[in-house]
Amino acid sequence: MVHWTDKERSTVRAVWEKLDIDQIGPEALARVLIVYPWTERYFGGFGDMFTATAVLNNSKVAAQGKVVLKALDRAVKNMDNIKGTYAALSRMHYEKLNVDPDNFRLLADCITITVACKLKGDLSPQTQATWQKFLSVVVEAMGSQYS
Amino acid sequence: MSPTAKDKDTVKAFWAKIAGKADDIGTDALSRMLVVYPQTKTYFSHWKDLSPGSAPVRKHGQTVMGGVADAVKKIDDVSAGLLSLSELHALTLRVDPANFKILSHNILVVLATMFPTDFTPEVHVSVDKFLAALSRALSEKYR
Repeated sequence: MVHWTDKERSTVRAVWEKLDIDQIGPEALARVLIVYPWTERYFGGFGDMFTATAVLNNSKVAAQGKVVLKALDRAVKNMDNIKGTYAALSRMHYEKLNVDPDNFRLLADCITITVACKLKGDLSPQTQATWQKFLSVVVEAMGSQYS
Repeated sequence: MSPTAKDKDTVKAFWAKIAGKADDIGTDALSRMLVVYPQTKTYFSHWKDLSPGSAPVRKHGQTVMGGVADAVKKIDDVSAGLLSLSELHALTLRVDPANFKILSHNILVVLATMFPTDFTPEVHVSVDKFLAALSRALSEKYR
């Protein structure tokens, strides 16, 4: 089981409270599709993603971005059982969506960069360390049901 | 995954905007690396103070960003341009190349915090590709 100090818990909550899911979600997903274009393989029905501008203006990307960030809220609210929280979602990404779990790491990095743009200096080195620890637990949970 | 002509133009244009803050970027990136990835501290056991913004961290941040600045100047052939730095890392420093990715990530985070409006997704991908090419060039002589 992952151990969280009180400071780490309050740090994750404090970062999360500063984020607007409807803004961060679309931007983070757009970044992952632009910075790591092979991730587009999972979004075949999304239409035009040929240029960065197209990705940024794509309403399906924006909608999916919000879905992903809303799901992250469950981890924030259940830090003591992130693995259990995402078991079904992990199984779905493996069995139904056939997503290579390395992509979860790529998306986590893009979420961090997006959060960095938003929080700027408020994302201190220690806050970044805690936030990345949180996301790495999420990434591991999302890969946990692959067998 | 090598930088295209467009990537190189993007990197050069972005660098022109940020070059004045190179020292701060280097200090902050290194500070974050040492805090977020504590295993990287193993390369700096000879420093008195590894805390964010300390004197040795500032000084080394300057050195690192000097190397990045040089790579931007030689962006059309980073491998050839960084030959001596490559030999230094391979034969003397022997930094595990996995750490280049770690430092690159922290440079990207710092660029995002310091230049949030300029660090668009397009700039992000071009800089990421450039830093990857830089890392490849530094690993050239390892074996």
